[in-house]
Amino acid sequence: MADPMKIRATVQGDVAEIRVLVNHAMETGQRKDAKTGELVPAHFIQSLVAKLGDKTVLDAQIGPSVSRNPVFGFKVKGAKAGEKVVITWKDNKGDTRTDEATISAG
Amino acid sequence: MSFKPLMLAAALFALPIAVFAQGGGEAKDNTMAEIEKYREMLAGDNPAELYEAKGEEIWKRKAGPKDASLEKCDLGLGPGVVKGAYAQMPRYFADVNRVQDLESRLVHCMVTLQGFKAEDLTKEPFDTDDRKTDLNALVAYVVGASKGMTINPPLKHPQEKEMAELGKRIFFYRAGPYDFSCATCHAENGRRIRLQDLPNLTTHIGSQRAYGSWPAYRISEGLFRSMQWRINDCFRQQRFPEPQFGSDTVTALLLFLASNAAGGKYDGPGFKR
Repeated sequence: MADPMKIRATVQGDVAEIRVLVNHAMETGQRKDAKTGELVPAHFIQSLVAKLGDKTVLDAQIGPSVSRNPVFGFKVKGAKAGEKVVITWKDNKGDTRTDEATISAG
Repeated sequence: MSFKPLMLAAALFALPIAVFAQGGGEAKDNTMAEIEKYREMLAGDNPAELYEAKGEEIWKRKAGPKDASLEKCDLGLGPGVVKGAYAQMPRYFADVNRVQDLESRLVHCMVTLQGFKAEDLTKEPFDTDDRKTDLNALVAYVVGASKGMTINPPLKHPQEKEMAELGKRIFFYRAGPYDFSCATCHAENGRRIRLQDLPNLTTHIGSQRAYGSWPAYRISEGLFRSMQWRINDCFRQQRFPEPQFGSDTVTALLLFLASNAAGGKYDGPGFKR
């Protein structure tokens, strides 16, 4: 199973800053195995969705150009401390992971 | 009326910048400033944290032929005490009657408490793209528990003093096909390899910055790197044979660095290019 993400969410005024550190190999499919010389199959996140309560605030489609263990940062207007932010990613192998965090006052 | 003081402040501010630009170091300073900006943007989002979390899990998990966790592992401050332990290493351990660094100590604990074989743990001790070791994650966890603390190796036991002295000698010892020593690159201010500034490790501030920010997550490799790896890579770049894992050579160099950095802040695990 996929390893957990680290989510930081703080709010100042009514703008929340959310930063997500994702645990993922992000294989491009271009790299060769050092020992066998075979191509390492592509394995990367294709979609990352952030929800604040029931509302989707970010729906990102990404590809193999994003680094291993990537960090995503974004700001959301109209967020309050105590609200829950839920992040879900899906990769090209159908693997998925959902983690959540509570927004704290910055 | 309030406009004038503002203008004055702006003029004063512009002056030092103009002087700087004439100094000839503009390009370099810009590069450094940009790298600093990049680091600031990423501050607090160090993927080393992912290794720390995994390491904590491994520390507490029962494993090995003896089906035991590492929670009784003594890192120098008593069995199971992780917080602050790394800041006081390398140190003398009476149970093995020698000075150990964090990684050799962790191997010792995995062997004695969990029943693993040392050869298996140290045969391929470093992470690759396809293989992540438990040992490396444990390193991240333990060093993370010393973040913000003062680097303070005990240096009281005769073996500790001897080890620090040995480290100093190795640091200045010239050999190999290029007649290199650590000191060739790391004993002067303002040296660099390509765009990487090299710390002067004979000074307190240079040692503190280097020793205090390693082990670290290397973004160019996408991997967490330990001290054993760091020192081995220095040897590789000097075209020396690389030391065996847990070798006294590495422990000695680490204690030499730790003693130079003593009193400074430990700010790892770091985040590097």
